[in-house]
Amino acid sequence: MDRNRKQRQLLALPYVLWSIAFTVIPLLVIIRYAVTDKDGHFSVSNLLAFSTPVNAKAFLISLEIALICTVICVLLAYPLVMVVRRLRISRMTFMLFFLIMPMWMNFILRMLALQMILSNNGILNMIVTGLGFQPLALANTKAAVIIGVVYDYLPFMMLPIFNTISDIGEDVLEAASDLGASPLSVFFRVILPMSLPGLKSGITIVFVPSMTSFVIADILGGGKIQLIGNIIEQEFTRSTNWNLGSGLSAALMLFMLVGMSFTIKDDILPSHPVKDEEGEKKEAPGGEGISRRAVL
Amino acid sequence: MKKRILAAAAMLLCLPLGACEGKNQPARELTVFNLCEYMDPKAIEMFTLETGITIKYEEALTAEDMYTKYKAGGIDYDLLCTCDYMVRRLIAEGEVQPVDFSSFEYGKNIGQRYWDYATAYDPGNKYSLPYFWGTVGILYDTTKVHGPIDSWDVLFNGEYSGEIIMQNSMMDTYIVALKYLGYSLNTTDEAEIRAAQDLLVAQKPDVSAYLVDEARDEVVAGNATMAVVYSGEAYLGREYNPNLDYVIPKEGTELWIDSWLVTKNCKDPDAAKQFLDFLCREDVAQMNFEYIYYSTPNEAVLNGLSDEERADEALAPDPDSCQNSEICLQSDAATTELLNELWKELRGN
Repeated sequence: MDRNRKQRQLLALPYVLWSIAFTVIPLLVIIRYAVTDKDGHFSVSNLLAFSTPVNAKAFLISLEIALICTVICVLLAYPLVMVVRRLRISRMTFMLFFLIMPMWMNFILRMLALQMILSNNGILNMIVTGLGFQPLALANTKAAVIIGVVYDYLPFMMLPIFNTISDIGEDVLEAASDLGASPLSVFFRVILPMSLPGLKSGITIVFVPSMTSFVIADILGGGKIQLIGNIIEQEFTRSTNWNLGSGLSAALMLFMLVGMSFTIKDDILPSHPVKDEEGEKKEAPGGEGISRRAVL
Repeated sequence: MKKRILAAAAMLLCLPLGACEGKNQPARELTVFNLCEYMDPKAIEMFTLETGITIKYEEALTAEDMYTKYKAGGIDYDLLCTCDYMVRRLIAEGEVQPVDFSSFEYGKNIGQRYWDYATAYDPGNKYSLPYFWGTVGILYDTTKVHGPIDSWDVLFNGEYSGEIIMQNSMMDTYIVALKYLGYSLNTTDEAEIRAAQDLLVAQKPDVSAYLVDEARDEVVAGNATMAVVYSGEAYLGREYNPNLDYVIPKEGTELWIDSWLVTKNCKDPDAAKQFLDFLCREDVAQMNFEYIYYSTPNEAVLNGLSDEERADEALAPDPDSCQNSEICLQSDAATTELLNELWKELRGN
């Protein structure tokens, strides 16, 4: 059995090499840049630069947008999932396909399309004014950025939640109803707690990237909304201050590591590990592994 | 500034066509490094047909990319075409060799005015040959403005609040404010730069968006009344929407010139000069002008323009309108750092 295990571990070798080359080494390079100044001397000033007014403000706006977007994604995902899970298999497949399909298109292209839809003379305002309302001033605002982030990340929230909820047996829900639970309390006392693992990985997949994005803010924010990602990008591309860029990145990573530790812990070590005959840990339903599979 | 990605691939496909000429002569070859989509591919074929000199043609997206690749030294380039401040940098680093442009048969086609402009980055015109040039100005919708547009003032006086697009690029934003205040755009005076910053911060609520490539499109589409754009963009914008007009504000603006350089390690300087001379020839310059539609310094081409084209400030700005304009030379490290900081503050404001 021990040999078996060794052989199986060998299968992970390509991935290990991959992550050493493209995760571990780059991360070390970033950290090295982060803790040195331009002359290569040790310095923590790049990490501390996180708290200067300009950077702190950008960070707070990023945090605000990421939080709002994550909440909106959760609020949109649950009702959608509740509808989809009741569909017949063929329709369910179609609905999921329909949700994922936009991701086949280039991301920048989708954002440019959204920019045109939201612009002052865009399609949305044509419809709004056509119905006799005042035109919306959405273009180049924080609201436009939020719409863009939600649009882009909603599938990443929906799929993990869908995976956990579709694992809940119909008999469990029937039992809850039979015992007198109203539909609302079935949702809040059975479905919601059972879908928590999916919700947690959804939050991780949505919150972290939306916190660090900068392209959406540039395209839909009209360059008027500066996120922490925009600042880091500027330090690398235009100001060519890699030390400061790395310092800000490292500080941001540290923040997210702390902030996300509760979900990450759950993803790595399932809260209720189930033992099978071989004594292997089984993944809790709807961990990140499952959601990734669905996305790919 | 000059992002021309699309035709790059198309141009590469055209290359092998002209590559099998001149079998009897000793094989002569030039490696040319140009900005993207910055020469009619037919011109390269023509040159090879006429002279038997093969051209290996490469393109870079930006002057910075070109510099990095050239400095890396993997390929021995013979000719470079790059922008003004980069020419200055390459001359200062001793990367290029002097060329006697007066020996050129068609060198006279390049107007004296442009040689004079070029002395800002190449004193004495020893190294660089002006290729295309242009300005930064205001592209505006004539149906939406009230009163004449001839000054940067319209961007700052609040009259067009919410209808203005500025450039989402540091220098192109600061030059506007600096020129409006009557300062040099190459200033290193911190007080002047901070005054420009105050002006831009006060202007921000009036700005609809800071964009780069889409700045022109927003005016074309009618989403904005005016935008700060490069003259080449303005010319294209007017092709889409005839109601647009382009003006170089009277306070002056940034004037840019892209030029050709012969590298210090050029294997065949005679062939390189032959190629540059060829580019100055009227028919070739005309061909490239019609391909690129930036302002040309070639007077033979300018003389052939229609009256309407000659009156177009986006295409052929006259000397008077460029009077107060300057070439941006990229300041010292300390000033650049200050500008970077202020630009972050402005964007985060």
